[in-house]
Amino acid sequence: MILDAIHILLPILIIASSLFAVLLKDLIAAAIAVAAMSLLLSLEFFILQAPDVAIAEAGVGACLTTAILVIAIKSTKRMEDEK
Amino acid sequence: MNGMSRIVKTIASITFPLVMIYGLYIIAHGHLTPGGGFQGGAVVASGCAMILIAYGSVWTLGKIKEKNLSILESVGAICFITLAILGLGFGTVFFKNFLIGSEIIFGIIPSFGSTISNINTAGVIPLMNFAVGLKVIAGLFGIVLIMAYASTRRDKY
Repeated sequence: MILDAIHILLPILIIASSLFAVLLKDLIAAAIAVAAMSLLLSLEFFILQAPDVAIAEAGVGACLTTAILVIAIKSTKRMEDEK
Repeated sequence: MNGMSRIVKTIASITFPLVMIYGLYIIAHGHLTPGGGFQGGAVVASGCAMILIAYGSVWTLGKIKEKNLSILESVGAICFITLAILGLGFGTVFFKNFLIGSEIIFGIIPSFGSTISNINTAGVIPLMNFAVGLKVIAGLFGIVLIMAYASTRRDKY
């Protein structure tokens, strides 16, 4: 019962954080939204009974990708230009 | 890339040992629980990348050079292939599990059925997990370190 609710709630949260990652003008906040999307995706993998993939997703997607994005944003501009 | 504030440095220093213990646990228990060399190596490299983000690439390059990371990655690959070829030498085929059944390290055959999981089993598989974990730690952390170092060189000009 509660697992079905999580199965409905998690994809909605994943789509919402993906939309935040696309729409936000602050690039640090967008990188954090990508990290949140990856963390929710690893939770989805875990409740779909694939804990192996979930650990790999949490390690690579939520941590190392965020680190590379933060390094790239710190060496360039932080805010996206308004066109 | 310069370091971040004192708050970030303190929290990174506190959480770094916990992340390292968790990653090394995943590597060492790769034949018993979910996870293995790649997953544990990714977790440990995430902890190292957290230290790199908090303290900056100049401080981190004072601690470890990317040349040493390259050597560590090559050592992991060589250990993996050497264990496989030792299976060809001691046993019959490539990747033969030659340590199983012997009473030396990781050599116990567990009793049949549902038992309490014993870490001293599975023969050559934990050693291959250690080799893969070493290679993944060095490779992924080397990528992030070179990325940070390149952004540092850009700040000078």
